[in-house]
Amino acid sequence: MSKSLDYENLNENVKKCQYAVRGELYLRASELQKEGKKIIFTNVGNPHALGQKPLTFPRQVVALCQAPFLLDDPNVGLLFPADAITKAKHYLSLTSGGLGAYSDSRGLPGVRKEVAEFIERRDGYPSDPELIFLTDGASKGVMQILQSIIRGAHDGILVPVPQYPLYSATISLLGGSLVPYYLEETANWGLDIGSLRQSVAQARSQGITVRAMVIINPGNPTGQCLSEANLKEILNFCYQNNVVLLGDEVYQQNIYQDERPFISSRKVLMDMGPPISKAVELVSFHTVSKGYWGECGQRGGYFEMTNISPKTVEEIYKVASISLSPNVPAQIFMGLMMNPPKPGDISYDQFNRESKGILESLRKRAHIMTDGFNSCRNVVCNFTEGAMYSFPQIRLPPKAIEAAKSAGKVPDVFYCLKLLEATGISTVPGSGFGQKEGYGFPSANHHLACGGGHARDHGQFQEIQRQIHGAVRGLPRVLENVRGEVVKQKKASAAVYCWDFYVTCCKNFITNYC
Amino acid sequence: MRKFAAEKSNNLLAHRKICAVSLQHPTASVFSSQSHQNPLPQSSILLRFLSSAASNPSAPSESMASDYSSTPIKIDSINPKVLECEYAVRGEIVNLAQKLQEDLKVNPDSHPFNEIIYCNIGNPQSLGQQPITFFREVLALCDHPAILDKGETQGIFSADSIERAFQILDQIPGRATGAYSHSQGIKGLRDTICSGIEARDGFPADPNDIFLTDGASPAVHMMMQLLIRSENDGILCPIPQYPLYSASIALHGGSLVPYYLDEATGWGLEVSDVKKQLEAARSKGIDVRALVVINPGNPTGQVLAESNQQQIVDFCKNEGLVLLADEVYQENIYVPDKQFHSFKKVARSMGYGEKDISLVSFQSVSKGYYGECGKRGGYMEVTGFAPEIREQMYKLASVNLCSNISGQILASLVMSPPKVGDESYESYTAEREGILSSLARRAKTLEDALNSLEGVTCNRAEGAMYLFPRISLPNKAIEAAKSVKTAPDAFYARRLLNATGVVVVPGSGFGQVPGTWHFRCTILPQEDRIPAIVSRLTDFHKAFMDEYRD
Repeated sequence: MSKSLDYENLNENVKKCQYAVRGELYLRASELQKEGKKIIFTNVGNPHALGQKPLTFPRQVVALCQAPFLLDDPNVGLLFPADAITKAKHYLSLTSGGLGAYSDSRGLPGVRKEVAEFIERRDGYPSDPELIFLTDGASKGVMQILQSIIRGAHDGILVPVPQYPLYSATISLLGGSLVPYYLEETANWGLDIGSLRQSVAQARSQGITVRAMVIINPGNPTGQCLSEANLKEILNFCYQNNVVLLGDEVYQQNIYQDERPFISSRKVLMDMGPPISKAVELVSFHTVSKGYWGECGQRGGYFEMTNISPKTVEEIYKVASISLSPNVPAQIFMGLMMNPPKPGDISYDQFNRESKGILESLRKRAHIMTDGFNSCRNVVCNFTEGAMYSFPQIRLPPKAIEAAKSAGKVPDVFYCLKLLEATGISTVPGSGFGQKEGYGFPSANHHLACGGGHARDHGQFQEIQRQIHGAVRGLPRVLENVRGEVVKQKKASAAVYCWDFYVTCCKNFITNYC
Repeated sequence: MRKFAAEKSNNLLAHRKICAVSLQHPTASVFSSQSHQNPLPQSSILLRFLSSAASNPSAPSESMASDYSSTPIKIDSINPKVLECEYAVRGEIVNLAQKLQEDLKVNPDSHPFNEIIYCNIGNPQSLGQQPITFFREVLALCDHPAILDKGETQGIFSADSIERAFQILDQIPGRATGAYSHSQGIKGLRDTICSGIEARDGFPADPNDIFLTDGASPAVHMMMQLLIRSENDGILCPIPQYPLYSASIALHGGSLVPYYLDEATGWGLEVSDVKKQLEAARSKGIDVRALVVINPGNPTGQVLAESNQQQIVDFCKNEGLVLLADEVYQENIYVPDKQFHSFKKVARSMGYGEKDISLVSFQSVSKGYYGECGKRGGYMEVTGFAPEIREQMYKLASVNLCSNISGQILASLVMSPPKVGDESYESYTAEREGILSSLARRAKTLEDALNSLEGVTCNRAEGAMYLFPRISLPNKAIEAAKSVKTAPDAFYARRLLNATGVVVVPGSGFGQVPGTWHFRCTILPQEDRIPAIVSRLTDFHKAFMDEYRD
C-alpha cells in the first residue's frame, strides 16, 4: 500500500518554502559539530548561545513566577531581591492561575497594557492595548498577519531584498507571491522609492495585487537604520498605493551609532497627521529575542495594529484563539522588557550595568566586524548601524564561480560551505536573503551574513584586530600566533575565534581561487 | 526548609474563557472549506475561543477609531480561509458570561448566583488546580541558574530538583536557556522524552522522531499544512471532535471528512462506519489522507479498547492513511477497567515496524495531572515517514526557529517525573494522585447528577476532562430556540448560564448526530464546589423542563 504522505503528494507550498537561516549550511554545520568539530554559529541572531548572559532581574522575576510557593518562604529574600519579589507578585496578579493557565488568546490584558504604555512613552502617541496581541515570538505574529492577508498566488507582498528569510518562507507556505524591492547597498542599504515603484509596476503587470509591504528596521541582514525621511516616503508610498505596512522593528534596541536613532514607523505615521495617519494600515512587530535581552528561547513577542478595521482585528483574534494562548512566561518577559527597573529600584543599578555592558560590547563588535571585513581583499561591508548582523559583499573571482558551478552550488553557498569546512564558522549565504545580481563588476557579487560573535573578553579586541589586519596583509605567522595565543588562553571569545578563522579562510580562499 | 504551594486562588475567575463555536452542518458527509462564493459558508467550523473579561475586542477605543473605507484590507478581502474557520456562536455565550460577571462586580445580588463557574475549557490551573511542585522547582532553577550554586538554594529547593536542573542545563549547549534551540527541540530533552516513551510502551523511541512544539496545537497545524494541498484533500475526523481539527483543516483549505462516534456504545469508534465515510468521500473525488483519533476522547471522554485500536491501525495501514493520534489526555484515566495504550505501542505490538504505518502521536503539557496550559509545551512523535518528508517537517519547524525552552523542559519533565527513592518522589506522588483521584470523583459525581436529570443521559468520563451529556429537549424548547434563532443546545446553555452562572459549551460546537443535543462540561472546578454546581444544575434543569415539557 502506498504511503499517504509520499514526497510527490506533499503540499507544494511546503516544498517550495525555503528557509535559509536553517538550511544547507546549518545542517552541514550541525553534522560537523556531531563529528566533534568546534562550530561557531553566526547564522542566527542567538546571542545567549554565544555566551551572552541573560539579564538577571527578569530571570529572577520569572523564576519566582514559576515557583510561586517561594514567595511564601521566609528565606526567599536570601536569594531574590525585594523588587523582584514585588514584580513577581504583580505579574502573578495579572494572571488567572499563574504561569500554568492559558491566558486570553491575545495575551494577558495587564501585560498588553504595559506594552501600550511603553509605546506611548516611546512615540508620544497613545496606544490601545486592545490592538496589541502578544505572540510566541515575532515570527508567529508575522505568520498570523500574513495568513490573514494572503488569499492566493495573486496576492503580492513587497519584501526588501536582502530580506530575512522568514518572510519568503512564510509567503511561500501561504501560497502568496513575494514581490522583491532592492535595498541600495551603495547607499548604505537605503530604500529607494523609485525602485520600489518599479517593483510594484512590474508585479501589477503580472496580475499581482500588491497588498502589503514589509520593512525591517533596523535591517536584517543589512543592519541599516531607516531615516525619518525614508520612513515618510515609505508611508506616503503605502498611502498612495493602498498597501498595508508591516514594520519589523525587532532590533529597535540594537543601535550602534548616534546619528540615526531608531524611529518607529508608527511615530512617523502619527507625526504625518491626517489623512495619512488615519489611513495607512500598519502592523508593528517586536520581540524579547533581540535587543540587549536576547531571550530567544522564551519565544515572546507582540504585534500592534494601527488603522486595521475592527472586523479584521476580530478575525485575527479568532485565528489566534485556535492556538489558545501564547506562552505565559514569555508574556511576563515582554512585560518586564516594556517596564524594566527604574532609578531608585534595588535592581536598577545591576540591570543598567548589564544592559549597557551588552549594548556597548555589541557596538564595539559592530565596528570590529565591519572594519575586519573591509580590511579583507575583495570584501566590502557597510557599517552595521543596528540589528545583529554584518552582511559583507564578497567579490568572487571567476575561478571560484566556476568551481562552484561545477560543484552544483550557488557561488556564495559554495563559499560559505568552504568557510565552514575550513574554520567551523557557520554563516548564511547571501542568496538565502536575496541579493542583486552582478552590478558594476564583471562577476556576480555575493554576500554572507555573520551574526556578531559575542565576546566575553573585550580587552583582547584591539590587539587581535591589529594582528588580524596584519594577517590579512599576508602575515600568516602572526595569525598562527594569534590562534596559539587564543587557544592557550581559552578565555577567548567566539568573536575572536570567528575573526581568526575567518581571516585564515579568506586568505586560503584567495590563494586557491584567485 | 522546603515550602509547598500555598493555596492561592487569586482571582481565578478574572478571565473568562469560553469555547465557542458553531456547528457544522451535521448532515453533510464531507465538509469542504472552500465555499468561497458563498458568503455564509454552510460548513462553518467551530473552534475554541478564549477571551478576556476585561476587554471587548469589537470596540477599539475612540482615539483609534478611523474611517476604514480607504484602507486596503477589507473584511471581504482577507484570506477567505480565515473567514471560513467560523465561530458563529462565539459571541453569544462568552459575551453573556462576561456581562454577567460585570453585573456581579457592580451588584453581587444582580443574579441568582454569586459567581460564574467556567466549565467550558480544559484550563485546570485557572480553576485553582495547583502545579506539581517538583516541576516548578526545576523550571524556576533553569530560568535562573545563577542561584544553583548558592547554599541558600539547597534550603529552599529539593535536592533532586537541583540535581535535575543541573542535568537539564548540561544538556543545553552553553547552558543557555535563553537561546534558540535546535528546531526540533533540545536533543538531550528529546532523549529524555524517548526514555519516557520507551518506559510507557515497552518499545524504543528515536529522538530524531520527536518534534517539540509550543503545545500540541502547532504540531497539529504543522501536520495539516504538510498534508493538505487543496479542498480535494480530506482528513477523517471524529464527530463529536475537538474544534482544533475542524479549524485547522479549514485554515489550510482542506475538507473535513466526518465519522460518527456511537454514543450508545460509550462513544465507540466503529471501523466499518469509518470505512463507509472514507468510501463516500472517495466517491466524491476527495483524496483522504489521514485519520484523526482522539484517545482519550475530547469532548466525549471515552478510552479506546486495545482491540479497537488494533482495528484502527489495520484500517490506516490498509487504506494508506496517516494516523494522527491525539493522545494529550493519556494520563487522564479515571476508571479501573480502562487503560491508555499509545497507538505506537499497539502498532508495534502487532508487529508493524517503522516502514509499515505512518503514525503521529501528539502529547502536551497542558493536560494530564500537570495541566500546565500556560507553558505551551508539547511534542509530536512521527514514525513511518520517508527521510525526504522528515526534511520537509524539519524545514517547517525551522521557519518558526524553535518552541519555547521552558515548555520544552516541562515536556521532558512530564515524561520523566521523580522516581522511587528521589527526595521529591513522595510529594510528587501525593500531588499527582491527589489531582487524579479528585478528578475521578468529580467526574463520577457530575456524571451521576446528570444521569439523574429528566431526559438527560451521560456516558461516563473514562478519561480526559469532560462530560458530554445528551439532552432530550422537549419540542416546546426546540420551538422556543427556533423562535430566537438559536440552536436548541445553545438555547439550553444560555438559559443554564443565566440561571446558574455555569458556563458550558453547546454540543453543536463539536458536532453531533443530527437531531441530538448535547453540551460539554469540564470536570475541572475544584472539588468543594462540585455539590453547589450539581444542585444548581439540578434545580435549573427541573425548572427548564417544567417550563417546556410537552
